[in-house]
Amino acid sequence: MPVQFEVNGKPVAVEVEPRLTLADCLRHHLRLTGTHVGCEHGVCGACTVLVDGAAVRSCLILAVQAEGAKVITIEGLSLKDGLTPLQASFRKHHALQCGFCTPGMITTAHALLSEEPDCNADRVREVLSGNLCRCTGYISIIEAVLDARAAYKHDGKGA
Amino acid sequence: MKLPPFEYACPSTLSEAVALLASHHGEAKPLAGGQSLVPMLAFRVASPSLLVDLRKLSELRQIRITDDSVTLGAMVRWREILDDARLRTAHPLLVVAVEHVAHYQIRNRGTVGGSIAHADPAAELPGIVVTCEAKIDVVGKAGTRTIDAADFFRGPLITALEPDEIITEVRLPAWSARRRFGFQEFARRRGDFAMAAAALFYDENNGNAYNAHVGVTGVADWPLRLTAVEGVLDGATINEATIARAEAAATAAVDPPDDIHASGAYRKALVGVMVERALKSAAV
Repeated sequence: MPVQFEVNGKPVAVEVEPRLTLADCLRHHLRLTGTHVGCEHGVCGACTVLVDGAAVRSCLILAVQAEGAKVITIEGLSLKDGLTPLQASFRKHHALQCGFCTPGMITTAHALLSEEPDCNADRVREVLSGNLCRCTGYISIIEAVLDARAAYKHDGKGA
Repeated sequence: MKLPPFEYACPSTLSEAVALLASHHGEAKPLAGGQSLVPMLAFRVASPSLLVDLRKLSELRQIRITDDSVTLGAMVRWREILDDARLRTAHPLLVVAVEHVAHYQIRNRGTVGGSIAHADPAAELPGIVVTCEAKIDVVGKAGTRTIDAADFFRGPLITALEPDEIITEVRLPAWSARRRFGFQEFARRRGDFAMAAAALFYDENNGNAYNAHVGVTGVADWPLRLTAVEGVLDGATINEATIARAEAAATAAVDPPDDIHASGAYRKALVGVMVERALKSAAV
């Protein structure tokens, strides 16, 4: 069935089966492969995207449910050249190794910092508890997110 | 795993939604936030032929607070409960419990009605509605009816809902201003399924508790009210001795089975500890 929504500021129209998840729609139909699919049942957080501003798991949303929504993926939170302050903070703190979980970490952290630029370490830990990372042990990720807070306080956007 | 094939409909009225469910003879399922249903599809635990998306039914999205009750529309998301400053005084026990629901991203999508209809024995809101003696309003082909929370849960993932019925709202009796309450949940990792949780409240008169309500989840096929513990609390001063008696009564009142996450004996002890901690946090 046809579905129309907005991805990273651009309108898209795709023809999908109802059973197609938003994650697979983004990856396979729209070739936005920055959204990673880990567990496919809402546990790992790798597929996190923003739907109407809220961080959600795109493997637990059907593409047809996104009708009319504004979707932001990791591609929409990246610059053409160089790194956003959040990405730069991840690099500075070595907050990734294999990188598989990173798109979900960035989208989740971006949503958190946009809403709560003054969040403390406990809050960051609580929010990122929904994102699994098997490489880093999380400490470097928490430090990277905390260090990026300043960018969100200044211009309110960070990315 | 990829989801099995199904048809999809997104009606704009409640009566249309009910008609769609009724026309599929038990093979159709309402889709609310999808945070439990979609994983169930992925695991093939559920394979409905039709999903009826409720997202256009804006009448199910309201939070109403009156002198008598706190009413949550079935499509109210966890996030909306946490963001509604009125609820922090109108029903603080609800807010504290919802803070424990799953993870950040799930709380942005998951709904009140979805959680209750899903009826996971470890879920927070089913525990709250049973503890607080909520009323659950549903609509189906035969019309509307109200189900007491105590009669709603019939087994793990099994409820009193007919296949053509949709939850419209959940009504929690009004909270009293100086009520004492506690909510404690134990999971190995914050946001995971609770191994056990306790929700409780009581009012006070001249330093003695009355109107005690105590509920636990994660230790039986559905949320339990622990009347034996309520009996210990009603009329008593809540001090260390009372809390110790309540803990013992809670442990004695449940008989959880062994499963892969914990032995029954462990969960039994955990229930006592959750009740003890909830009482201690209520008393301060």
